[in-house]
Amino acid sequence: MQSTISTLPPYLSLSVWLPIIFGMIVLAVGRDSKAGFTRVLALIGSVVSFLPTIPLFTQFSNSAHGPQFVEKAAWIERFNIHYYLGIDGLSLWFVPLTAFITIIVVISAWQVIEERVAQYMGSFLILSGLMIGVFVALDGLLFYFFFEATLIPMYIIIGVFGGPNRVYAAFKFFLYTFFGSLLTLVAIIYLYNKSGGSFDILAWHQLPLTMTEQVLIFLAFLMAFAVKVPMWPVHTWLPDAHVEAPTGGSVVLAAIMLKLGGYGFLRFSLPIAPDASHYLAPMIIVLSLIAVIYIGLVAMVQKDMKKLVAYSSIAHMGFVTLGFFIFNEIGVQGGIVQMISHGFVSGAMFLCIGVLYDRMHSREIADYGGVVNRMPKFAAFSVLFAMANCGLPATSGFVGEFMVILGAVKFNFWTGLLAATALILGAAYSLWMVKRVVFGKVGNKHVAELVDLNGREFFMLGVLAILTIYMGLYPAPFTDSLQVSVADLLQHVSVSKLPMH
Amino acid sequence: MNPMMNTTLSAASINMAPLSAEIFLVVASCAILLIDMFLKEGKRNITYVLSLLTLVGCAVITWADFNAGTTTYTFFNMFVSDPMANLLKLFTYLAVGITLVYSRQYSADRGMMSGNMGGEFYVLALFTMLGQMIMISGNNMLPIYLGLELMSLSLYALVAMRRDHAISTEAAMKYFILGSLASGFMLYGISMVYGATGSLDITTIAKLTAAGASNQTILKFGLVFIVAGMAFKLGAVPFHMWVPDVYQGSPTGVTLLLGAAPKLASFAMMIRILVEGLLPMAMHWQQMLLALAVLSLAVGNLTAIAQSNIKRMLAYSTIAQLGFVLLGMMAGVSNDNAANAAQAYSASMYYSITYVLTTLGSFGLVMMLARSGFEAEEIADFKGLAKRSPWYAIVMTVLMFSLAGVPPMMGFMAKWAVLQAVVSTGQYWLAIVAVLFSLIGAFYYLRVVKTIWFDEVVDASPISTPVDMRVALSLNGILVVLLGVMPGSLLQACLSAMTQTLGS
Repeated sequence: MQSTISTLPPYLSLSVWLPIIFGMIVLAVGRDSKAGFTRVLALIGSVVSFLPTIPLFTQFSNSAHGPQFVEKAAWIERFNIHYYLGIDGLSLWFVPLTAFITIIVVISAWQVIEERVAQYMGSFLILSGLMIGVFVALDGLLFYFFFEATLIPMYIIIGVFGGPNRVYAAFKFFLYTFFGSLLTLVAIIYLYNKSGGSFDILAWHQLPLTMTEQVLIFLAFLMAFAVKVPMWPVHTWLPDAHVEAPTGGSVVLAAIMLKLGGYGFLRFSLPIAPDASHYLAPMIIVLSLIAVIYIGLVAMVQKDMKKLVAYSSIAHMGFVTLGFFIFNEIGVQGGIVQMISHGFVSGAMFLCIGVLYDRMHSREIADYGGVVNRMPKFAAFSVLFAMANCGLPATSGFVGEFMVILGAVKFNFWTGLLAATALILGAAYSLWMVKRVVFGKVGNKHVAELVDLNGREFFMLGVLAILTIYMGLYPAPFTDSLQVSVADLLQHVSVSKLPMH
Repeated sequence: MNPMMNTTLSAASINMAPLSAEIFLVVASCAILLIDMFLKEGKRNITYVLSLLTLVGCAVITWADFNAGTTTYTFFNMFVSDPMANLLKLFTYLAVGITLVYSRQYSADRGMMSGNMGGEFYVLALFTMLGQMIMISGNNMLPIYLGLELMSLSLYALVAMRRDHAISTEAAMKYFILGSLASGFMLYGISMVYGATGSLDITTIAKLTAAGASNQTILKFGLVFIVAGMAFKLGAVPFHMWVPDVYQGSPTGVTLLLGAAPKLASFAMMIRILVEGLLPMAMHWQQMLLALAVLSLAVGNLTAIAQSNIKRMLAYSTIAQLGFVLLGMMAGVSNDNAANAAQAYSASMYYSITYVLTTLGSFGLVMMLARSGFEAEEIADFKGLAKRSPWYAIVMTVLMFSLAGVPPMMGFMAKWAVLQAVVSTGQYWLAIVAVLFSLIGAFYYLRVVKTIWFDEVVDASPISTPVDMRVALSLNGILVVLLGVMPGSLLQACLSAMTQTLGS
């Protein structure tokens, strides 16, 4: 078996393994007695891990078809499993996004996590490498390997550093997602046997399958990805996990982990089972619209800020799945852009909540009010991110939502109209929360004692704010790199894979 | 191979070379028994080192044999040395060796090597291993049975070693009575197979059954008893009653001696008797194994949830894990087509090895937390281990996730290999049942992880462990990850060993 590496140095391998190696080093040498050193080490690790992801988007060819930066080597020859990495437009942006969010997470925990620092930082670094692995794996088993392995550090993060009900949330998170992916395992084995012993995802794309097979495979994958996205009605683990997780955990969950599910649809469900995707699309669309509207309404009545943002994440991810299953270019592109933008915005919202929580140790909306009087800089950021969350033009939130709505209207006017209600609902819950928390008179004496952002907090929110606005004003770098891959995907999905009779 | 032995004994027209490891072990064990008699209590470490050296010696001999890769029959076809036997023996040595390292301090603390007791612990452990080696290499019903009895009798004695300890004594009684019953079943089945085919030789039985030249009714009856006997020894449901009680009651070191390596020997016994001897009857024994496997998965996983004693929990988890081994065993032949056989059985073999390595580590940690006068038997005793000793917390976490079958641990690849074999025979429902029970299983493994990481420390006493044990435990944990990330060569070794065994 020959091994191929299309670029040197192997950027993808570096992106995957550097954070994992740094994470292990942090775990090995980090001590609470040397907390400062541990933090610096983790920061160096996250920054160094981010470096190899930069050439990915600077050297990415927007016009090329198929995977780029390919690395392929035999891994487990007994089962013809390969260490096969590569990215295309669908996965490109998630790699730097993951590495970048990890830096933010490390910074956000700087003064907050004081006990078991090494375990916190190490877990996030390892998690970062594993998640990048999911995005870049082109071998089915390798994908599953990373997909499942991400559960372990997240389980530890929620359970060790979470809130009072963390054990329940950690178990729910693990068992929910484990359940979904185990059925996927059976589907992956089926595809392996059916394709004559191959784990090449791209080969699976070409595999002819009957309608029954496709529907079953689609549903098996749906179990894993729907739980991860999460789609209504299997979303209930997310609010629990978000509320209990530490700030960094919430950020990574919302910004990256949910995207693993969305990405899975693009890489597996749609191209492997195109006929079933068309056949079952109405079901997915209905579920997505329920997520957008019903979950949007649920978000509005939340009393806990984290829960509110968690529900808003579910609603936004409903937009993503909607975009994928209306099968037109603008919809699918919009879905992907929405995922990237949501990575920045939801991450930033959770950071904002974290900033407040670190000072007041409360996430109840009712405990706040008039924060602007004491924290003007913070107020500016939270208003910006709330606006981005409800899709204000000139922020990144607008681009994705607008594209999906355009696509949805093209697909069917009423679908588009229902999807568009999200703009109203999103504005309602986001702005109403900001109004109650930030504006008004100073709510109580604790609020009166609040101190505004320090340099560290200002830096991390500032960077995210710049990215949010940049992506809103000039989304071309993102959309351009998507175009070819999305067109290829839709072209592929439009051709039936049913065997000829 | 030892050329000198070869030349001196070839006159007797029996080739002793394939037995070199066994002969060496017998001689060395007897020597150790004698040497130990003259050792003072404080010098018991000499026995320990000699025992480990014996294992190394066996390993060197077997490794050479394994590398030669040949299949040799000797003693009038009663004994076979083939790659499968050698591979399993190597892991048996490893398992017994690691067990001895883990249990040295533990057993010494519990007076199992002092007073009127000498180093019998080590010698008996070596004798159980001898029994296992004969089971693994037996090519005739009688040696297999003799090996089984040698192993069992030594284990009965080992379980009963803490004579003044009520629970141990109870466990020993239970194990002895039920074990004898199982042996009886087994022997009865063997006699029926003998009645049906007129032979005890595995190769001859295979030829006769394939030709249909045997009394089918009696053969099937015999098969039922043999499978029941094996299920007893493996601890598959519904023959599992002894497992939790004996696991819990035995001193933990002994639990490991009877919970780890013997599973490899039992696996070899299944391959020799069921596959090599009675493959034409596969459609019959597969149905029996199917029932055993599904019941084991169900009862093992569901009952484990209710346990608060970690040894009991691991006992039920063993039952569930063996369900997976059995699943692989019944995926070999479908529609009278044995094309899948090597693949399926090698998956089972890999699973057994995985199971042994993870079991070693988990009981090792139970022993590590125990100290003189205190048994860390409750799951609650693991509370806050992450703060007391982060490294061993990680090791235990690795082991638990491996048992749950989460990548990148070894347990994932093992589950994968077995599921792949099951799915390729078209038994999707079976794969889904197995997967769902794994999900249930994940719950109680996660609970241990939760206890280690999320709970506050209750017992803050420092963990004092001898260096040899620390090293072995760490290597054990690393091995479980390493063989999960790089399983290629071991999977390949299992496959080629199994292919050769089935081909000969």
